Amino acid sequence: MKIQEADAKSLLLAQGLPVPAWDVARTPLEARTAAQRLFNAGEARVVIKAQVLVGGRGKAGGVKLASSLDEAEETASRILGMDIKGITVRKVLVSGAVDIAKEFYLGAIIDRATRRIVLMASAEGGVEIEEVARQNPGAIHQVAADPQLGLLAFQARGLGLAVGLRDALLSQFVTIAQGLYSTMKANDADLVEVNPLAIVSDKSPDGSVAPRLVCLDAKITLDDSGLARHPRLEALRDLDEEDPTDAQARKLGINFIRLEGSIGCMVNGAGLAMTTMDLVKHYGGEPANFLDIGGGARHETVCGAMELILADSNVKAILVNIFGGITRGDEVAEGLIEAWASQARKIPMVVRIVGTNADEAADMLRKANVETATSLDEAAEKAVTLAKGAAR
Amino acid sequence: MSILVGSDTRLVVQGITGREGEFHTRAAIAYGTKVVAGTRPGKGGQKAIDGTVPIFDTVAGAVDGAGANTSVIFIPASGAPDAILEAVDAGIKTIICITEGIPALDMIPVVARVRQAGVVLIGPNCPGATSPGKAKVGIIPAAIHRPGGVGVVSRSGTLTYEAVQAMTDAGLGQSTCVGIGGDPIIGTTFLDALKLFHDDAETRGIVLIGEIGGSAEEEAAAYAAEHLRGIPMAAFIAGRTAPPGRRMGHAGAIISGGSGTAEGKISALEAAGIHVADSPTQLPRLLLEAGYKP
Repeated sequence: MKIQEADAKSLLLAQGLPVPAWDVARTPLEARTAAQRLFNAGEARVVIKAQVLVGGRGKAGGVKLASSLDEAEETASRILGMDIKGITVRKVLVSGAVDIAKEFYLGAIIDRATRRIVLMASAEGGVEIEEVARQNPGAIHQVAADPQLGLLAFQARGLGLAVGLRDALLSQFVTIAQGLYSTMKANDADLVEVNPLAIVSDKSPDGSVAPRLVCLDAKITLDDSGLARHPRLEALRDLDEEDPTDAQARKLGINFIRLEGSIGCMVNGAGLAMTTMDLVKHYGGEPANFLDIGGGARHETVCGAMELILADSNVKAILVNIFGGITRGDEVAEGLIEAWASQARKIPMVVRIVGTNADEAADMLRKANVETATSLDEAAEKAVTLAKGAAR
Repeated sequence: MSILVGSDTRLVVQGITGREGEFHTRAAIAYGTKVVAGTRPGKGGQKAIDGTVPIFDTVAGAVDGAGANTSVIFIPASGAPDAILEAVDAGIKTIICITEGIPALDMIPVVARVRQAGVVLIGPNCPGATSPGKAKVGIIPAAIHRPGGVGVVSRSGTLTYEAVQAMTDAGLGQSTCVGIGGDPIIGTTFLDALKLFHDDAETRGIVLIGEIGGSAEEEAAAYAAEHLRGIPMAAFIAGRTAPPGRRMGHAGAIISGGSGTAEGKISALEAAGIHVADSPTQLPRLLLEAGYKP
């Protein structure tokens, strides 16, 4: 699950990491009030950032500076309602605009190859790490945390030294890197990224300047498997940006991802569901969705899944592919026939059910006049033909 | 010989009294697997499966009392990591964890411990392993198998069944079929499974079924290019049409930052001389074309 920058910053702050103060505003007036607070606290300028769960906000014009209250309000009114990669901006983050001396990248990921949490750092901060990985992979330094003891100070220090930090900044870096590790552990995150981690200069009253590291942006994704034990994190799910079908799928306990095509797919098992989509494409069609009804799906799940597919007006044909192991073919067939018969749109459907109780299923489908197929390839081909026929 | 499970498997079912545990234990016994024990804390001394399988409170009890050497875990995600560690501690050598939905961070110290102890862990979030004609451990349907010389390794469940069914329909039997699981942190990788197949005299051909996410298929391809040149292989990769940045059902099936794409995996496999099928039904033909002799 992705969470917004502001929420990610709260999780970093909870682990004691240095994050400049911010406010979230849903209206231009709220942004003005937030700016007022920051100006009162001594900030000369504020930065206003669109809160959307997609990258490339800056390029899309969703991040702007403002030096007065009017400017803050006006800028917020331009960003709010803006469309960034298909997402409407509904809220902005308002924070003090600091003078940046240098930017770094610091991230923690779950690395499958080493099967450990790996911390990555680069002196080329402020740009996408994937870009750095392509252009200059040597600039990314990494270290794998100990699977039992965690990220040890010497490991974090090595990373800080590798990106060129020394003295006070180096010890700040060690604290921050270990803080990223603990943020990951505390929240069952699978990614914690600070980009940029910036050196800023604080002027003290006597005029001397002390450089310090602060987290200016934060990106966290949470492991869906860990959410059950963090009920307060579930509340961070941004329903504004969620397709309403996602919530419905979650309630049904099925995996559903909406796509652009015209062939609605219902499959048991994630790998087989992807394969079914791939074969639709292979035979000249486009899948309308990924849908895995899971193992041992019952009648109600099948009906609910069918509703999700039919709710998509692009769908011209339905392809059902079930390889019964724990899942019983007759149970699926019963749900399919019921849901399909009660639809108003008369979308054609082709069903392939093999494995447990496949013969009973075939019998039921035949009586209900549902088109069937024996092989996966045949099913995909038939669905593509049905969709093309329906489109004409 | 086969790998991982076979005629010398003496299985303890961790969670034998649960709905899934009991159902699949019956199927395993019907297939001929030697199920010597089950565990359920507090029910030690009782019997499960119509009085045929002794229940122990602990895995250690099942090892001492029934000579168990392999375990299969049907325990919910909150208790599964502990169940794996208990099996390691009891001296079990092969652990197959079916449980889905274990947080990835829980698995990091567990897998480290498993490997330190020299134990083989399959999964989690996997369908298990079958050595046709010998033993079936997990949830793979028995009917799709036929004994033979093809080793099948896959990250998936039902997609594995699809591929195995296609092999069986084409008359190509299997030495062992193993589903390694769809999670990001798993005990046995493609690479580990390929090494086991490499050392198994009975395995004369290999089918690899991968999917988007991570780089395990690429690592497998590199190993195959170097060590498996003499063994006919064929592969399939699911997720050519998967959108980037979305988790496709399996926790590990996600294209992130442009890496883990089906295209990347297919080209790595093809560069290693392994043909990649457009559909799982083509796998038998590709394997025969690669020189496999049934």
